[in-house]
Amino acid sequence: MKYLRLLSVNLFRKKIRTGLTIGSFAIAMLLFGLLVIVRFAFNQGVEVAGADRLIVMNRVTFVEFLPMSYMDRIASIPGIKSITHATWFGGTYQDPKNFFAQFAIDPETWHEVYSEYLVPDAEWKAFLDDRQSAIAGEATAKRFGWKIGDRIPIEGTIFSGHWQFNLVGIYTGARPQDDTAQFWFHYDYLNETLKQRNAGFGVNQAGWYVVKLENPDDAVTVVKKIDQTFANSSAETKTDTEQAFAAAFAKQTGNIELIILVIGAIVFFTLLLVTGNTMAITVRERTAELAILKALGFSDRFILFLVLAESISIALIGGTLGIGVAVALAKLAMAYSNPLASVLPVLYFPANQVVVGIAAAVVVGGLAGLLPALGASQLKVVDALRRI
Amino acid sequence: MVRVDGMAGEGSLIHIRGLEKDYRRGGEEIRVLQGLNLDVEKGEFVAFMGPSGSGKTTLLNLLGGLDTPSQGTISVAGDEITHMSAGKLTQWRARHVGFIFQMYNLLPVLTAFQNVELPLLLTKLSKAERKQHVDAALHIVGLADRSHHYPRQLSGGQEQRVAIARAIVADPTFLLCDEPTGDLDRKSADEILDLLTRLCKEHAKTILMVTHDQLAADRAGAILHLNKGVLVEAQSAGGAA
Repeated sequence: MKYLRLLSVNLFRKKIRTGLTIGSFAIAMLLFGLLVIVRFAFNQGVEVAGADRLIVMNRVTFVEFLPMSYMDRIASIPGIKSITHATWFGGTYQDPKNFFAQFAIDPETWHEVYSEYLVPDAEWKAFLDDRQSAIAGEATAKRFGWKIGDRIPIEGTIFSGHWQFNLVGIYTGARPQDDTAQFWFHYDYLNETLKQRNAGFGVNQAGWYVVKLENPDDAVTVVKKIDQTFANSSAETKTDTEQAFAAAFAKQTGNIELIILVIGAIVFFTLLLVTGNTMAITVRERTAELAILKALGFSDRFILFLVLAESISIALIGGTLGIGVAVALAKLAMAYSNPLASVLPVLYFPANQVVVGIAAAVVVGGLAGLLPALGASQLKVVDALRRI
Repeated sequence: MVRVDGMAGEGSLIHIRGLEKDYRRGGEEIRVLQGLNLDVEKGEFVAFMGPSGSGKTTLLNLLGGLDTPSQGTISVAGDEITHMSAGKLTQWRARHVGFIFQMYNLLPVLTAFQNVELPLLLTKLSKAERKQHVDAALHIVGLADRSHHYPRQLSGGQEQRVAIARAIVADPTFLLCDEPTGDLDRKSADEILDLLTRLCKEHAKTILMVTHDQLAADRAGAILHLNKGVLVEAQSAGGAA
């Protein structure tokens, strides 16, 4: 503690330089933070996937339907606790740009499988009572300024035509990373409308089934059993854990991980050079002072730690600032208006990534200060002062 | 009594025997100090004079444990320092040596109080004890009322007095002064020399001072002349001790 003053006065003796270096760190770490948010947004489905849930879909492709008759047959397979189904609706609200995920669901079973989505009892009851009703996620409701009681017009793309829904509830997520951008409505409303239109397409069919297991350890056995049950049928199934399904879905966008890794590495390397240069200049300017400290009896190790502590402090302040702003931006976007809502509905900075980011900043700060610190610690007092 | 003949016993505070220092410059070996002997008793004020390049600063560097000799031994208060490791020498320096430089060498970002406190940060003293010591040191040098001033807010003479307070605050065994008045006007120089004399007489401080200034040297109890690395003369002055 008694050395803190020495550290702080040295740190802020050149306020503009220190400020600019901290600023560089903050901007770089903000960029890192935004990359983390984007990476997480792409992988959000993987992160929130239930370990005890399986997705059963058409073996040919994700967009092909499965017969509704499969529901009871799947439910009878041992190890399955509950089952529900959903169908991708693919509509837009008011403008084709206003795209978001709409699912035709089975209200009777949905809640049991997706318990992490929270809906007030009264709103859920209202949903069950009205076949034309819908429930929107908090993010989507905020995005479009919807409130309970609103009539929501959706323009169908897969199921063409104008569709009207009564908004009776708004759901929230039990965890901050839960997707609250979905829009649920009754499968029966979709199915019966399609029947009335003699559409043929999609009638008595579901997009996919979601199965909740009694024991997640049984996943492999149950997956095998489901796919065996429908083997050689006209609609063979492909069953996967929800996590694997979400990961495969995310990969369709490209190797986001690699892109982020490359950009992140460049950012950190640049930071290393910027901070290293600053620390080298700082040490060079203070050669005489460091020599005096050594003459007074401060050890080589103390000088090493003093310079390292300055470098790490810059990194810590800048890193915290940058990541803090990234976290705030993600929260603001989710609280008010997410500009990426149609592509990345959930913007969230995971707490563990805050720790990783700040730790990375500290490591970069330490590495950047290492060479100047070693140089300072090995300084020969006699050479530095020329004369005592 | 100061002796350079190497005939004194081992009881002196500073005991130097056969001290040599060689430097290699451009493939040529230069001997800066040549078989130097010196004995200084506690409480003495010794001035080293001599032309540039005579080895005065080299001698002070060796005495302060900032450099190591090529040959010979230096003992201070019974501690033989010539064979100490760098780490041990650093600790020894903190305990035994108070440095006073020509250019004061205060840290510009610290106040007078904080500059004086620096050597005490290496001790186990509490904050309150450190304050007590710093206040006492600043009082001795007559700058108790300037403790919160930064070096840039002080005159050259005041800066040097702060440097002296920093040198004495941890009560070192001896003070090494390298041209302590070299950057000061006559009046300020006299004040600094008065202070050093007082430290020697009233506080029994042992002081070794390098100077080019005969008036400064005259304040010392003994003046030693260094020429081409050899202590050629020991002369009693009319000053301290």
